[in-house]
Amino acid sequence: MNLWYALVDLLPFEWAQSGSMYFMKNALLAVLVISPLFGILSTMVVHSRMSFFSDALGHSAFTGMAIGALCGFNEPTWAAVIFALVFALLFNLVRRRTAMASDTVIGVFSSTAVALGIFLSTLNGRSFTKFNNLLIGDILSVEPAKIGLLALILLLVLALWGMSFNQLMLSAVHPALADSRGVKVFWQETVFSMAIAVVVTVSMTWVGLLVINSLLVLPAASARNLARNMWQYHILSLLAATCAGVAGLMTSYYIGSSAGAAITLYLAGWFLITFLLRKKG
Amino acid sequence: MRQIKHGKLGGCSDSCCLKLEDVSVRLDGDDILKQVSFHLHCGEITALIGPNGAGKSTLFKSILGQMPHGGMITFSPAGGPAIRLSDGAVVGGQRPLVGYVPQSPVFDRGDPVSVLDFFTAATSKWPVCLPVPKRYRDKAAACLARVHGEELLDRPMGALSGGQLQRVLLALALEPVPHILILDEPLSGVDIEGEHQLLEMLDELRTQYDLSIFLSTHDFATLEQYADKVILLNKQVLKAGAPEEVLASPEFYETFHLKMGKGGGQK
Repeated sequence: MNLWYALVDLLPFEWAQSGSMYFMKNALLAVLVISPLFGILSTMVVHSRMSFFSDALGHSAFTGMAIGALCGFNEPTWAAVIFALVFALLFNLVRRRTAMASDTVIGVFSSTAVALGIFLSTLNGRSFTKFNNLLIGDILSVEPAKIGLLALILLLVLALWGMSFNQLMLSAVHPALADSRGVKVFWQETVFSMAIAVVVTVSMTWVGLLVINSLLVLPAASARNLARNMWQYHILSLLAATCAGVAGLMTSYYIGSSAGAAITLYLAGWFLITFLLRKKG
Repeated sequence: MRQIKHGKLGGCSDSCCLKLEDVSVRLDGDDILKQVSFHLHCGEITALIGPNGAGKSTLFKSILGQMPHGGMITFSPAGGPAIRLSDGAVVGGQRPLVGYVPQSPVFDRGDPVSVLDFFTAATSKWPVCLPVPKRYRDKAAACLARVHGEELLDRPMGALSGGQLQRVLLALALEPVPHILILDEPLSGVDIEGEHQLLEMLDELRTQYDLSIFLSTHDFATLEQYADKVILLNKQVLKAGAPEEVLASPEFYETFHLKMGKGGGQK
């Protein structure tokens, strides 16, 4: 961390002076880890039409937090991660075994998870307000240890991409074709949805439940407007997420609004621009 | 179109052969396939016809090993021992490769997947989220050359015409060169020119690689021009034989609710 602080001290901002404002420096580093993470995952969320699913995962993450809090854990995040993993696995099992459209299955899961979360968190007349910070998120509260955890997750996602991106893409394009070429479609989909589950749950505290899904949709949605192949798609998504992340954090610092919301608004603006510039044909 | 009959109907002693014996599939209490038996020989084009819901795709899935089924599917290489496909029990020799050209895959016009991406993803371990190195590019180009589609390499998949997409999928199914090539309705969504090209290409491929080609179609008008054998399926094999024989059979007319007599070749 000291190396990072020394690096940031070189920046010409008032908060970047040495010896103070560590929360802001931590937040900047966290954004530089979280945004690429979302930028990368975003490509496949959009490509395999899973944006509704990742939204539902956000809801289930909240329920996991409620369960964790109810059980009296110090770190309800871990309970939430486990709950989200189970949610992802169950969802994939049910989707595989039914002829129902997957958005219907997601709707069933999502509403159940939300209802369970609200039910548990308001049990015995408890107040819901302590969960409010989860809805908005606070990037400034991030601690160095958590940044390390996020960096580890980023490395794991990069490894996953390196090993199985091809299978993942083929599964999304045509499951039967992928299967005929030896791809284990079910496991590809399950591992990918579990990766989303972990990322959404772990970063929810800082990004905010209400806007987290936009970070999984907007970077790739805007990249899709311009890219003609997978490499361009990834690079554009990654750049959009990272630039918007940094810009959003700066904006929120100077005008004092939620960073997650500011990042999302930057991304939405970028989406509009790419939409107007979109490739034809 | 020139006559491209192979004329190897009958015995399978001296050629490789895919045998289906009493293949049955039941799903939720309904019979999807009932005791389907037939042989496919290499170097032959066999067309599978039948109404919608006749079990054509299920039959393909059974051969591909994606669908649990009763009965036996075995493959014998020329002069070699038989290999059971269903459970991969390889009784001496190598499991046959089945190339599969699926029915019209979904590509949105805006999907950022180039033909090169798609090809490299399916045939190599190189993650295509990174720029594709030249050696994979060359390999993809060589495979596309088999179907005269080199110029498609950098086109987005979603921008291809029906015929071009079929050619790319065909090139993919031929890498590595399979023993059996299965095409699920390759002629739907393809215009007359594309259809002609595709059929010429299939003929070229089977003579070049001596593979057996098994395709489903609703286009009966051109059957006699390219198919060595036609199988009429409606949950069970109603009629199998040379195209002119099947097309003139009472079973064919009954299945498609046609009146007997000339003039009704098309559904």
